[in-house]
Amino acid sequence: MSVNPTEEVRSEETRAVSEGTGSTPVAPPPSAGGEPVLALHGAAVRVGGRTLWSGVDLTVGAGEFTAVLGPNGVGKSTLIKVLLGVLPAAAGEVRVLGGAPGARNSAVGYLPQRRSFDASVRIRGVDVVRLGLDGDRWGIPVPGLGRAKRRAARERVEAVIELVGASAYAHRPIGQCSGGEQQRLLIAQALIRRPQVLLLDEPLDSLDLPNQSAVAALLGRICHQEQVAVVMVAHDVNPILHHLDRVVYIAEGGAVSGTPAEVITSDTLTRLYRTPVEVLRTSDGRLVVVGQPEAPALHNDRHDHGTEGSRAAGI
Amino acid sequence: MLLGSDAASPVFSWNLLSDFQEMWSYAFMVNAFRAGLVVAVVCGVVGWFMVLRRQTFAGHTLSVAAFPGAALSVLAGFSLSLGYFGFCIAAALVIAGLQRRGQGSGAEESAVTGTVQAFVLACGFLFITLYKGLLEGPEALLFGSFLGITTGQVVVLAAAGAVVLAVLAVMGRPLLFASIDPEVATGRGVPVRLLSTVFLVLLGAATAEASQITGTLLVFALMVIPAATAQQLTARPGLSLLLSVLLGLAACWCGLIAAYYQPYPLGFFVTGFAFAGYVLAHLVRIAREALGRRPRGPLAIGGAA
Repeated sequence: MSVNPTEEVRSEETRAVSEGTGSTPVAPPPSAGGEPVLALHGAAVRVGGRTLWSGVDLTVGAGEFTAVLGPNGVGKSTLIKVLLGVLPAAAGEVRVLGGAPGARNSAVGYLPQRRSFDASVRIRGVDVVRLGLDGDRWGIPVPGLGRAKRRAARERVEAVIELVGASAYAHRPIGQCSGGEQQRLLIAQALIRRPQVLLLDEPLDSLDLPNQSAVAALLGRICHQEQVAVVMVAHDVNPILHHLDRVVYIAEGGAVSGTPAEVITSDTLTRLYRTPVEVLRTSDGRLVVVGQPEAPALHNDRHDHGTEGSRAAGI
Repeated sequence: MLLGSDAASPVFSWNLLSDFQEMWSYAFMVNAFRAGLVVAVVCGVVGWFMVLRRQTFAGHTLSVAAFPGAALSVLAGFSLSLGYFGFCIAAALVIAGLQRRGQGSGAEESAVTGTVQAFVLACGFLFITLYKGLLEGPEALLFGSFLGITTGQVVVLAAAGAVVLAVLAVMGRPLLFASIDPEVATGRGVPVRLLSTVFLVLLGAATAEASQITGTLLVFALMVIPAATAQQLTARPGLSLLLSVLLGLAACWCGLIAAYYQPYPLGFFVTGFAFAGYVLAHLVRIAREALGRRPRGPLAIGGAA
């Protein structure tokens, strides 16, 4: 371990961004005593007869923020699907909230890869959030019955919209909200049942830079204040870097996990990719990974609108 | 409906009470109003979901399937209602079955739907040709005939409508979830595929109902226009659903009244009123957005976070 850039980054950027996380010290993993929220031991996954990754060890405790990084096509989203119990693990052990994946999905919030509502969708944001609470229930509520329950539901919707800071536009049709506003409402929808784990698939994708850092800060705050374990597939580590407790770096075949300071280094990534990789730090604290093998598809062309830093990072 | 061509054609007197008394002294008019009530309510609700799910093309295909259904029932001599419901629901199942293999992607869906539509139209053409002669012409099937509605048909319409509404009441909320946000709904254990199939069958039943009144070509007067108008006016799901029903009912009954006093076809009046409502709602929305538009500051960076 030659350099340890992340500690500096953390202190620099909390000052620069100056919002909630600044006051909340990043707690050490509280998983020492109780059962970890997520535990993977030697996990592997096969899709269509091909092993996407194997030997993934990861332990995530309550209130920890984990990023899943790596080039496109290595199976980052697949990891989320394994944690949801949609895909079985081919080898190793995977436990979510102390049970098999999928067994306790009511305590797991899930935000699929970028969905957006086009302008013609005439449903309010508050209705979309509400569907996360009771959208899977059959039948219609009997008028007059369960009034207290309905008030509790309405208050929960209001509280969670307040939590993500979406009150100003939650009553507008969701199709007329901007990408960042829609993403906040969708995060509220995923949080409404007070999950213990929040799984997000590239939630910052196709947001502009100010919104990327705002949504990242929001997730960091939910994670550390509400003690929700957040696992987030990310394309670019920089917007979330100073919120992260843990990183899983997936490469073709293998994976490494640990704190960002351990994993995002020239040494570790060189060993993982078996080709020289250099991790550089720009003057504004961003990390740039150079020499990382390209996945079959060009993976950083989606970030054309980003700054030079995030383009070059291409994580 | 060409009552106006009578020598003693009725005249609208602006005394609504006596007008209704006069209209409702004819049994066929009473049945027409009853059938209109049932159809407007069922189509308002089912059409609202159809517009939300963007399955207008599927709805159109199912309504076209009512045409061969009616033609075959005349040809083979069984009940007209059976022909309508049988063909519409069968077409819904065929579309749902073919779609299942195509993973329900948008392009695949419209291609499957278009294929089914071409085939059912061809069947209708065949049945009419086979019948030769005595059929009063395809016009009644295509554009509907209100006069012929019997009390028995009204009972069938009401029963089928009640079943459709009951099923929709049970699955309404998950269906809304699956329509707006299928991925998350799947994650929450909502059977998205099954709901999609059941909804197509309900859509088939609703188009079969509406076809008997507006004819197979003008079904959308009661299926799409009220729902689209309501969704222009409000984004609240409950209110929008209620508006859709009320607008459909208003268009249907106003159309009936107009057709009673004027010598022009009913289908035109129903569609005309519904269309006028849609245009008005669109103007209202444009005006409201123009008035309500105020400069919106950029989202504060981390401000709310």
